[in-house]
Amino acid sequence: MSQASVLAEAKSSAEILLDTQDLTKVYQTGEVEVHALRGINLTVQIGELIVLLGASGSGKSTLLNIIGGLDTPTSGKVTFLDEDITNLSASALTRYRRAHVGFIFQFYNLVPSLTARENVALVTEISSNPIPPEDALSMVGLADRMHHFPAQLSGGEQQRVAVARAIAKRPNLLLCDEPTGALDSKTGVQVLEALKTVNEELGATTLIITHNVGIADMSDRVIRLSDGMIIEEKQMGRRRQPSELSW
Amino acid sequence: MVGFLRALDRKLLRDLWRLKGQGIAVGIIIACGVGIMIMALGSLASLEESRSTYYERYRFADVFADVKRAPNQIVGEIREIDGVKSAETRITRIVTLDLADFNEPANAQLVSLPDEGQPTLNNVMLHEGRWPDLARPEEAIVSRAFAQEHDYHSGDRIRAIFNGRTRDIEIVGIGDSPEYVWTLGIGGLLPDDKRFGVFWMRRQALERAFDLEGAFNNVTVSLLPNAVEADVISRLDNMLAPYGAVGAYNREDQFSNAFVESEMGQLVAMAAIIPPVFLVVSALLIHAILSRLIAVERQQIGLLKAFGFSNLEVAAHYVKLAVVLSLGGVLAGFVLGRTLARLLTHLYSNTMRFPEIVHVFEPSAFVIGAGAAIVAAVIGALNAALKAAALQPAEAMNPAPPTVYRRGGILPLWLTNKLDEPTRMIVRHITRWPIRAAMTTFGIAASMALLVGTLFAFDSTDEMIDTIYYRTDVYDAAVTFAEIEDETALSELDRVPGVLEVEPTRDVYVRFRNGVHSERGSITGIRSDAKYKRLLDRKETPVSVAESGLTMTSHLASLLNIGLGERLTVEFLEGKRPVLDIPITAVVEEYIGHAAYMNIEELGRVMGESRTITGAFLALDPDLSIEFNDAILDRPQVASVALRSAVIETFNETLEETITIMMMIYAVIGGAIAAGVVYNAARISLTERGRELASLRVLGFTHGEVSYVLLGEQAMLAIIAIPIGSLLGTAFAHLIVLGMSTDLYRVPYVLEPSTRGFAAAVVLVAVFLAAVLVANRIRNLDLIEVLKTRE
Ligand SMILES: Nc1ncnc2c1ncn2[C@@H]1O[C@H](COP(=O)(O)OP(=O)(O)O)[C@@H](O)[C@H]1O
Ligand SMILES: [Mg+2]
Repeated sequence: MSQASVLAEAKSSAEILLDTQDLTKVYQTGEVEVHALRGINLTVQIGELIVLLGASGSGKSTLLNIIGGLDTPTSGKVTFLDEDITNLSASALTRYRRAHVGFIFQFYNLVPSLTARENVALVTEISSNPIPPEDALSMVGLADRMHHFPAQLSGGEQQRVAVARAIAKRPNLLLCDEPTGALDSKTGVQVLEALKTVNEELGATTLIITHNVGIADMSDRVIRLSDGMIIEEKQMGRRRQPSELSW
Repeated sequence: MVGFLRALDRKLLRDLWRLKGQGIAVGIIIACGVGIMIMALGSLASLEESRSTYYERYRFADVFADVKRAPNQIVGEIREIDGVKSAETRITRIVTLDLADFNEPANAQLVSLPDEGQPTLNNVMLHEGRWPDLARPEEAIVSRAFAQEHDYHSGDRIRAIFNGRTRDIEIVGIGDSPEYVWTLGIGGLLPDDKRFGVFWMRRQALERAFDLEGAFNNVTVSLLPNAVEADVISRLDNMLAPYGAVGAYNREDQFSNAFVESEMGQLVAMAAIIPPVFLVVSALLIHAILSRLIAVERQQIGLLKAFGFSNLEVAAHYVKLAVVLSLGGVLAGFVLGRTLARLLTHLYSNTMRFPEIVHVFEPSAFVIGAGAAIVAAVIGALNAALKAAALQPAEAMNPAPPTVYRRGGILPLWLTNKLDEPTRMIVRHITRWPIRAAMTTFGIAASMALLVGTLFAFDSTDEMIDTIYYRTDVYDAAVTFAEIEDETALSELDRVPGVLEVEPTRDVYVRFRNGVHSERGSITGIRSDAKYKRLLDRKETPVSVAESGLTMTSHLASLLNIGLGERLTVEFLEGKRPVLDIPITAVVEEYIGHAAYMNIEELGRVMGESRTITGAFLALDPDLSIEFNDAILDRPQVASVALRSAVIETFNETLEETITIMMMIYAVIGGAIAAGVVYNAARISLTERGRELASLRVLGFTHGEVSYVLLGEQAMLAIIAIPIGSLLGTAFAHLIVLGMSTDLYRVPYVLEPSTRGFAAAVVLVAVFLAAVLVANRIRNLDLIEVLKTRE
């Protein structure tokens, strides 16, 4: 059986991980109102790998931050595993992030005073069923760099540590905001490989924001945002390996 | 307004605005230092001014002498002495009072007024009423504090016992004099206005009452500006010797003045010892703030230099920032200092009876305070400013290289491996920035040290009270006689109701001489088995007075530069006035005065007197206190009675307010240092590590867990700082002991564990409060904003 049909089959019976309804976000900066999101309706299946495309300022980060519990919408509703997380308190959102969400940003945001292993352990210490930090680092191909401090690692390596740190707690949802934005193509590919491995091996639902149209080819679905709205949604037939991607 | 400023100055104002939290923290510390300096120097100036105006206006004498009885005519000879401007003879006497509203023994110091007009020296400031009428011998002016305490007014009558006879005294005026600013109660250290008053009466009335017609028993002298005081004193001593002189003395030995001076000396010590701690800490904080600012503004500095600003301009810019930052603290310190000075002078009015304490504006206090604070700020800024000046523009415009951390640091690896990650972050951060951590630790330790070093004074006071009134002077009542008595007076006392036991004492005025060293003093004769007046040796073990020779307090021995086993010359100023060589056979410790003791029989023998006594220590039956209080007044020989319980009560009452207020002031200002240091350090950390902490929040760490990473470091440093500060505080307390000890008394060094505990608690509360403030800022970290920016 081909991979695509397995996925299609899985999807038809899959449960819904996350769902947004008429999500809007308005930023008030002085006199000016910025409508960052204008009614987003998005349903994410468990295990999906989704790529978010769109011009700068189209609202991708805003959407990801709201889904990840870093920000709250102006109106609309976010449901995660049948639970409404729209109006959770700050501490409930913290618990939500702690239990379910892994983040990866353009800038790696590692703790400079902790080694690679310790950066991962930071998260595994506060989660209930983590992957051992060593295994998480192996998964991103950094087993031999475990005891290096961030300052001793290259950008791509740092980002892979960030991936390991994000997935070590076995998140249900992995949110990546331009994870390769600061990397050259070769290291970017390594990071994407890592993300794909994680998505496949752990089944973590993954949303990736990118400017790189090529990355879309490795996803299940591509969603394009423009001016705070979803303007295009495309199911991808077959996922390509990251190394096959063109930059 | 802003339009007139140069762009760089506008940047300075914006920087100040951004740094306002830390600016306030530093400002508070500077304000405390400047405030205390101004409080001490300002109060000192106020006291000096109040004193000198009072002394001048009311013509406080320069030299004082008591005699037994001298004929009035010799005053002419006294006025002839070289350097004497004027002399006035008086009759002075201590008597007991039988107060209708108060059934405990009370005493009055009687002082004669000339028969006509007002005294030429030691004049009385009349607050209310009029001068006594010569024709009405019962009229008196009484001291204001005594009158206030008993709510007496002109027209009220008081009963006093003059030579065993009850006399009705009518109050016609309320007044004060420069001679009794500090009206020392009988047997105490503090004024006791309930039990001690000064009564001024016309001389004729006192001459008749005490059989001193045509004679005087006290003379006071004022000196010409060029007079040699010591010469006048020795001439007076020679002249008055035939009349039972007990040694003339100057203002330094005049009780009231000596106590006032001792307070002023303590203010000087306070101004010299305490503010520097604040200023050193403020310099450290300014250093930390500027170092951080310069790290943040590194690229801006590079840019400024690329635009052509000189190194000097760049350095000056940051020094200016520090100075402006400190100016706020200086201004607040001015206000604080004025307020504290007022509070302190209010406390002084509990013990010092100036007609009023003038609040003088003392510009030099402000100049010194502001100058010291600004110098501290500049010193604090200098290092960072020079670093800014030294930055190469091209290099500065690149971001700073990343901070390199190491795994081990000072902690062994096995221990680091046991820590959870947040704790490991704390430890790595401390060991990565050891100097900064050391400075924070030092700042918190300084706070602890200051608290320990000031609060210990209350333990010392307790120790003094405890030693004096519970270990050495343990009689229930001390009685003095108006005249020298023999042992029959003792047996009469024994028969007074309520008296359980009587112990005699003989006080004799002497002059000690050891080569060039000479001291006027007295020898107290007590029994070798005295139970109610005991002596303590250096180890605080009770010892009895030596059977022969002199038992001397170590303070007197050091004044005379003499030691155990050596002999010194004692000129007795009473009786047959023998001059003898006496060996020192024991040395004892006393906190107050400079006493010397002898076995009472031995004292009589060397003076060639048979068993004379001047007073007695009594043990009383507590159930018969009312009977005792009634009966003791009727004893004709008794001049004064002091109850130990009353002395202790006065001590507690007088000092209670002072201690509470000063404790609070010390706790607040001491805590302010710790709070300021921690707040500042945590804020700096927060600007450096905001991104790190935000990413922890994103990872799902709670606000509390994230606060731990930042504030746990401060807590850890505080815990290290407290024992260090406690040690420093011990040293500080010793310094204060040196500064506060005067000729009148020596402050013992005593520091109870509970005081250290209290100090530590104040530090921890201060650290906690500062942490809460910073924790609130952590709560407001903008997670998304932080993550958007490049590190
Ligand atoms: N905190 C904010 N305050 C004001 N406007 C904001 C804020 N965050 C984002 N925006 C605005 O919202 C819009 C969407 O931003 P964002 O979601 O970051 O876009 P993208 O990630 O697609 O580039 C932009 O116009 C941006 O300027
Ligand atoms: Mg974005």
